[in-house]
Amino acid sequence: MDAFAQQLVNGLTLGSLYALIAVGYTVVYGIVQLINFAHGEIFMIGAFGALSTWLIFFDGNLALWVLPLMILGAVIASVTTAVLMERIAYRPLRHAPRLAPLITAIGISIFLQEAVRLFYDEVPFFDFPDAKQRVPFPQIEVVTGPAFQLGNVTIQRSALFTIGCLVMCSAGLWYFVNRTRTGKGMQAVSQDPDTARLMGINVDRIIVVAFAVGATLAAVAGVAQGLQVTNINFRMGFLAGLKAFTAAVLGGIGNVWGAVVGGLTLGLVEAMAVQFIPGTFGGSPWKDVWAFALLIIVLVFRPQGILGAKVVDRA
Amino acid sequence: MSPMLEVKDLEVAYGKIRAVKGISFDVNEGEVVTLIGTNGAGKTTTLRTISGLLRPSSGSIRFKDQDITTVPAHDIVQLGLAHSPEGRRIFPRLSVQENLLLGAFARKDKEVTNDLQAAYALFPILEERRNQPAGTFSGGEQQMLAMGRAMMSRPQLLMLDEPSMGLSPLMMKRIMTTVTTLQQQGTTILLVEQNAQAALKRATKGYVLEVGSIVLSGTGAELLSSDDVRKAYLGES
Repeated sequence: MDAFAQQLVNGLTLGSLYALIAVGYTVVYGIVQLINFAHGEIFMIGAFGALSTWLIFFDGNLALWVLPLMILGAVIASVTTAVLMERIAYRPLRHAPRLAPLITAIGISIFLQEAVRLFYDEVPFFDFPDAKQRVPFPQIEVVTGPAFQLGNVTIQRSALFTIGCLVMCSAGLWYFVNRTRTGKGMQAVSQDPDTARLMGINVDRIIVVAFAVGATLAAVAGVAQGLQVTNINFRMGFLAGLKAFTAAVLGGIGNVWGAVVGGLTLGLVEAMAVQFIPGTFGGSPWKDVWAFALLIIVLVFRPQGILGAKVVDRA
Repeated sequence: MSPMLEVKDLEVAYGKIRAVKGISFDVNEGEVVTLIGTNGAGKTTTLRTISGLLRPSSGSIRFKDQDITTVPAHDIVQLGLAHSPEGRRIFPRLSVQENLLLGAFARKDKEVTNDLQAAYALFPILEERRNQPAGTFSGGEQQMLAMGRAMMSRPQLLMLDEPSMGLSPLMMKRIMTTVTTLQQQGTTILLVEQNAQAALKRATKGYVLEVGSIVLSGTGAELLSSDDVRKAYLGES
């Protein structure tokens, strides 16, 4: 029972991280039917944006009030990258065959990884560390430090922070999508772009907003990851991005709440697989295998995902 | 006075195929103008080009003395030109009320609520079902919603593409009566219809399109009594 409760906590933590990233895949897909495989790098750049903010303005200061400013720095870095990426690489390919933007996405992904790897310590005027290996991430007070004990269950402070981020971001996202004019415009574009234009909605602008929303959540996830793992590196976006994409498909790609449900499900499945699958195939080395096995099972038996019912209204 | 909408030598092509081959027509304020013709005559293409969804290969479109040939679609509705597209194209997963409010997306004034009431007055069934997802509606109800949504932008010119398509005779009559009501309330209407009889009966002016060209034009009454039209579109021998 303790083991189950512990894995529940671990799974929800991991799942929250996946969910935060998965929203970016699903929001962009819902609007332009593009799998933005460079989204994992947006998450990575969020973490580096937070680190850079800290190094430039607060080096050595671990007080809690620094954290919101680090998140702000992360969001600025991620959103800027995502918006430029859309503008420079995806928009010219808007009417190209599907394969072209997909290959572009892979190219951007490698480009961004290499840019961080090779140039982070070369940034002029600032004394940034070499990012070719792991870089320590500032361990902010209160959200890191001694874990809480609930009976035999250990709850890391950074885990609570991550879950809290998902809760707050989901609430914000719900409000944005359902209660703001731009959010309504976004829903209209995802259901019927041509008719949305007839309503006076600027589709190009909505696409930029979709990229920005996804990047914002990925940036928050980058900070959460840095606090949890205590260090960051230029490759952190690859596997996390792939997992989050899996989560988005699992929940039903194109469906925002599907990304949240899919992320949490994937996190829980991974955690439980580590704990409860016995013998050779159990334990933490096999967790990625089980995660992607789940993806294949879902694609075969329920390709529209857990919540997805996207296909129906495409006339 | 110059016409409200003036289309001149309009040509539209999909790749190498010319769907509209240099047509000219105009719509004066207060009129109901109809474009009739068979499938593939270029009626829908013409409307989609006027509202900016398609770009013409040549020719010009003027609306209220402004050249709108290259104005993007999302800016055209603000000028007072609304387009209720073929196949109704309501947003299926949004509620009726959300659909209507999207019709007023481009507006910044504070009278949207009044217009929402006006749309409900026009089609009371929409108010009864205002929180229902629009995708669950029947064809006729979706058509009412599409027209109500287009009216939410307060258009001076309303373009209706095949509003009676696939409707029961009763519902078709209801929709056509509404066209007249809207005209009486001061909206100018450009109506595309396959149901030539119903359209011409209400039209002040009509144009007959055949494979991308205008082959005949006249008042609604003239076209209704024209032998060519009767043979080709009204199913008489």
